[in-house]
Amino acid sequence: MATNVTENQAAVAEKLMITPSPHVKDSIDTKQIMLTVVAALIPAMLAAIYYFGFRTLIMTAVSAAACVVFEYLFNMVTKREQSIGDCSAIVTGVILAFNVPVTLPIWMLIFGDFIAIVVVKCLFGGIGCNFANPAATARIFLLVSFAGQMTHWIAPHSAIDSVATATPLSIIASGEGTLPSVMDMLLGNRGGSMGETCALALIIGGVFLIWKGIIYWQIPVSVIASVFVFALLFGENPVYAILSGGVMIGAFFMATDYSTSPVTGKGKIVFGIGIGFITMVIRTFCNYPEGMSFAILLMNILTPHIDSLTINKPFGAVFENKSKKEGA
Amino acid sequence: MSFLQQKTLSGARVKHFKNTENCASVEIPLPKEVCISMSQHMGPPCKPTVAKGDSVKVGTLIGDSDAFLSAPIHSSVSGTVKDVTELVTSNGARTQVVIIETDGEQAVEEGIQPPVVSNHPEFVKAIRASGLVGLGGAGFPTHIKMNPKNLSEVDTLVVNAAECEPYITSDYRTIVERSQDILDGIEAIKKYVGISQVKIAVENNKPQAIELLRRLTAEDPSIEVCSLRSIYPKGAEKVTTYETTGRVIQEGMLPSDVGVIVENVTTTAFIGQYMRTGMPLVSKCLTVDGDAIAEPKNVIVPVGTHYADLVAFCGGYKKPPKKMLMGGPMMGIAVFDDAYPVLKNNNALLVFSAEKVYVSEEHACIRCGRCMSACPYQLMPRQIEVAAKNNDIEKLKKLKVMLCMECGCCSYVCPAKRNLTFSNKLAKQQLRAATAKK
Repeated sequence: MATNVTENQAAVAEKLMITPSPHVKDSIDTKQIMLTVVAALIPAMLAAIYYFGFRTLIMTAVSAAACVVFEYLFNMVTKREQSIGDCSAIVTGVILAFNVPVTLPIWMLIFGDFIAIVVVKCLFGGIGCNFANPAATARIFLLVSFAGQMTHWIAPHSAIDSVATATPLSIIASGEGTLPSVMDMLLGNRGGSMGETCALALIIGGVFLIWKGIIYWQIPVSVIASVFVFALLFGENPVYAILSGGVMIGAFFMATDYSTSPVTGKGKIVFGIGIGFITMVIRTFCNYPEGMSFAILLMNILTPHIDSLTINKPFGAVFENKSKKEGA
Repeated sequence: MSFLQQKTLSGARVKHFKNTENCASVEIPLPKEVCISMSQHMGPPCKPTVAKGDSVKVGTLIGDSDAFLSAPIHSSVSGTVKDVTELVTSNGARTQVVIIETDGEQAVEEGIQPPVVSNHPEFVKAIRASGLVGLGGAGFPTHIKMNPKNLSEVDTLVVNAAECEPYITSDYRTIVERSQDILDGIEAIKKYVGISQVKIAVENNKPQAIELLRRLTAEDPSIEVCSLRSIYPKGAEKVTTYETTGRVIQEGMLPSDVGVIVENVTTTAFIGQYMRTGMPLVSKCLTVDGDAIAEPKNVIVPVGTHYADLVAFCGGYKKPPKKMLMGGPMMGIAVFDDAYPVLKNNNALLVFSAEKVYVSEEHACIRCGRCMSACPYQLMPRQIEVAAKNNDIEKLKKLKVMLCMECGCCSYVCPAKRNLTFSNKLAKQQLRAATAKK
């Protein structure tokens, strides 16, 4: 039964491959994660089409395509490895489109995509290296550049050229007009950016992502909870506070961006509370009726510091300056 | 069982592939020659005690060392020493090997008889003489584990039958086929080391094993069979200890520092068998599996059998082999040559063809945090990778990279396919080198 070892050796030796362990890997990759996020945005897309018409679908598709094209061109011009295959540009494009009013001229949206992908993401090193959330920053850029168009809201089910309506936040800020009912707020039957109005659709998408293990619960829960608490403290209606503006899309889809949020569980909670606090400060005490994007951007800047202050304590680790025995 | 309500350590949901669990172990026909490595345990290698031309029998001492961390090596066959030479291992190191041509007699060395043991020092001496090392994979000399400095404080024996690596079923076969040896081994350790409670850790993907062990130990209140959630790596020593006893083995500690001895189930079974027969550790049961193997089996082989002979016994290669693993797919070592010999602590030989061999380039880290959540010790592999790249030794210390046991979870879950386990390994060497300089 014994084989001639030396003969066999010659036959096999050249073909065997050596790699470090582990020798198996999970099938999940970056592309699959990004496409899952896109899938989670579908309920909000359907709600947007229902309330604001098919123009929302066209704008979203154009925005996603523009992001992919900008990333492709950037990589080509700078002779970098092509990275559009990871599909993260699609997510940025969709989220940015959801953050603008349906009436926004499409060229402005494409300009926003350029800012998001080229300036905020690619110039800082591409996926995983950008310190600021591309969609949130681009939205702020558009808001500052095109203040009129970016705040031209129309009522649901009305024509694109119809008269502007107020958003619940501007009603709260100015104290004029009637607020929609809580049910309308939940279902998204209100003025606002095209993908942010239907809280229910965003919650469904967000819970789906948590269930799939794509995002962790800490950021959305701490953002929503802290907006609620600070609204109470500042004397606002907390239910309207969490259902209005960009809280839901921000909490589930923008603040949870991997590149720009802390990685540790504790850090995520600190980050979420910071966003909730800054959002409510801007809404209550500043000129802007909405502060979600600003809050996300400001906390993005703090992320590296939050990360380095919330390093995990590994299982069984002993730190020299502490003499006491510690458990897990 | 109340401690199981505690938070359990995380890990990776690795597919099990326990294809060979119902393959009863079979003995391989005697190979023409065996090649016995002098480095079969953690610690300095042994020196050969035989020379070319010597005749040896089964159980003849052929290698020994004066070093504290070592275990003697015995011949697994009877025959003539053909050569004492060197072999290049897959990590690039050279090791001495004794090549023995078999005579087919399998005559047993004179004087092999059950050890006479009446107290703890004699037990430790007998275990050392048996050449036993941890058979779960690490190959830590067992007699050292059995002789902790704080003997009186050690009260618990954890028998590790988790077998969390995919594919491997040799420990499972031990439970099914050699349950009496396991119980005898436990009895011996309890008696001579002064153990009051025994925990047998089995992953819950082996319900028959759990049921069998519970039935056999039902009358002994000191033995508890613990069913662990099958999330890799439940068989890692610190993880098993924590999940069965709730005790945390801290950085730089040995299990005995928290009053625990952890033994692999096959190691325990060997102790039981050795106390009865006195035959040193000369054979090992291996799971031979993988898509390139024609007939996957559990095979009992003499230590030193060439992998090629093992593969031939399992029907040869069904497809051209691309990767050959000594051990499981998560922590196993890739070998470059099927002339490599079986070591005492091997528990599997897996051979994969090109289609099952995973090759992917590393992509940019997306900071998803999966590596960190999968790490059983909550280390931060990506941060370690960055700190190592920046040669930031202080940061590496702060991130506790030395705790990493290289279980492979971080690399397994990484969506960007980064080789984080490997970068951790390099970071550990970097830190070691930097601290040694001072």
